[in-house]
Amino acid sequence: MSKKINAALIGSGNIGTDLMFKALRSHEIHPSWMVGIDAASDGLAKARQHGLKTTDQGIDGLLPHLASDDIRIAFDATSAYVHPENARKLREAGVVVIDLTPAAIGPFCVPPVNLAEHAGKREMNVNMVTCGGQATIPMVAAVSRVQPVDYAEIVATVASRSAGPGTRKNIDEFTRTTARGIETVGGAKRGKAIIILNPAEPPLIMRDTVHCLTADEPNRDQIIDSVQTMIKEVQRYVPGYSLKNGPVFDGNRVSIYLEVEGLGDYLPKYAGNLDIMTAAALRTAEMLAPEIAAGHYARGDAQ
Amino acid sequence: MTHSKILLHDMCLRDGMHPKRHQITVEQMRAIAKGLDEAGVPLIEVTHGDGLGGESVNYGFPLHSDEEYLRAVIDTVKRAKVSALLLPGIGTVEHLRMAKDLGVSTIRVATHCTEADVSEQHITLARQLGLDTVGFLMMAHMLDPEKLVQQALLMESYGANCIYCTDSAGYMLPDDVTARLSLLRERLKPDTELGFHGHHNLAMGIANSIAAVQAGANRIDGSAAGLGAGAGNTPLEVFNAVCHRMGIETGVDVMKLADVAEDLVTPIMDMPIRIDRDSLVLGYAGVYSSFLLFAKRAAAKYGVSSADILIEMGRMKTVGGQEDMIEDVAINMARAKN
Repeated sequence: MSKKINAALIGSGNIGTDLMFKALRSHEIHPSWMVGIDAASDGLAKARQHGLKTTDQGIDGLLPHLASDDIRIAFDATSAYVHPENARKLREAGVVVIDLTPAAIGPFCVPPVNLAEHAGKREMNVNMVTCGGQATIPMVAAVSRVQPVDYAEIVATVASRSAGPGTRKNIDEFTRTTARGIETVGGAKRGKAIIILNPAEPPLIMRDTVHCLTADEPNRDQIIDSVQTMIKEVQRYVPGYSLKNGPVFDGNRVSIYLEVEGLGDYLPKYAGNLDIMTAAALRTAEMLAPEIAAGHYARGDAQ
Repeated sequence: MTHSKILLHDMCLRDGMHPKRHQITVEQMRAIAKGLDEAGVPLIEVTHGDGLGGESVNYGFPLHSDEEYLRAVIDTVKRAKVSALLLPGIGTVEHLRMAKDLGVSTIRVATHCTEADVSEQHITLARQLGLDTVGFLMMAHMLDPEKLVQQALLMESYGANCIYCTDSAGYMLPDDVTARLSLLRERLKPDTELGFHGHHNLAMGIANSIAAVQAGANRIDGSAAGLGAGAGNTPLEVFNAVCHRMGIETGVDVMKLADVAEDLVTPIMDMPIRIDRDSLVLGYAGVYSSFLLFAKRAAAKYGVSSADILIEMGRMKTVGGQEDMIEDVAINMARAKN
């Protein structure tokens, strides 16, 4: 195994901390820094326990150490409001940024659908769409690679406890960004996204429903095969991703009923919506790591 | 502290879209809106049943766009004002701006009763745009009065000038309404208006609305001929007549509104709006009223009982908007049977 690539986690909340636990198991990525803004945050404490360096001074607390600690990748799990500034500073320092906020400055990455397309492009910023996008866009793509999809709509239902203040303050960002991802990555001509928060106790595991309207009569056998194959692809990094029902065919409607259970690293298992984001982000970083190691993203080369 | 004068808000062109599978024609909307206006109904809600942006596979595609419906009704009415519903997670601020540009006076931002903080973006904007801005707390039976007040205070803090206690499941009994509305009245600002939106699944629409008025509500939702989800909304013409008997001023003509219900709304019904077994289950088990027709269709398709589907939806503690789970539940039930 070649040398691991050092990475920084920006944001010490649920997402950043869960991502740290996953990254600690990675063969390609070494999480070496966690950045927070609250000295008392549980995430920073957990990071120190696991040997990471930490700062509670935000991105500026990390910048002086980027070169000396050879940080080549940063995961941004802050918010859509903070991300642009973080992205600018990290780009100037030649650090590749994987954006888990809905800011969506860089191109979308949904690993089982278009991770390979990002390889070799030397993009300095890739965006992970949204949790609902990560959970459903693979299914839209599974249908659209069989035949044209005029319209795809997703309904993501998440436990109230797993929807943080950032999501709640700007829920339109979720519907907008997800709908755009359904089109540009999922391959549907038109996309729509709906999100429902359910406060039930015990919390419900994330549910996602994908409805596709195909241009012509759906090719049932091929769609079933394609969906099954795609489920297995997602399960490689989110083992709790499962097909509960479907594909259901009704005229030109193809409906797929999914459940996403997380690994329970830092976030509880019901928060599959957050888990699939952190797992997808890590998988993206792992794909980029060998290219970075091979010198394809030489420092200072950033445009 | 009963208000002697209240505002009636008609729902048949929005909540009534549910039993019409969102297929009301523009001509029907114009005719009904004209009748309501002439009867003196001051506020009429118009959109897809699930609010602005509700057009979808999940909730049904309407015959016309929200924009076409709103434009038609706004052009038709002379005195009445028009409101639009918006559920964050379905509709967005773009829809809100569109509705404002078309001339709606009132935006009602609806969330599940525990999730008021997803409405900040929309309530803030609606208020900035100078709209009458209502926070609409749905499925309010699922939350005790104290916690409901906490959620209402959030909406009030974002700028809502009116808060609704919304009995989406038609589950509440008059004492439940009294408990919630009186605490809201006690704890919200005195100039924040209060409203109640009922469903008639346990035939409590009128009694609950009266309880709401007696506890301090001054806006009451109802629907001419009851056209609305489940067993319908509080039948507005009946409620109006009761108000007249009780000396509660509505400004709405009893017989003219009864004519609208009888001559314009009832004839467009696809089925009688009544408390059938499934609607009774909605009210008894506390299930979102809009699930009714979806459950009936899934039951027919998969050979299972619609009442059982609704009971299971209640057991799963589903909330408004989770129509997608109905087919999922029906498939599971059919599988278990075989």
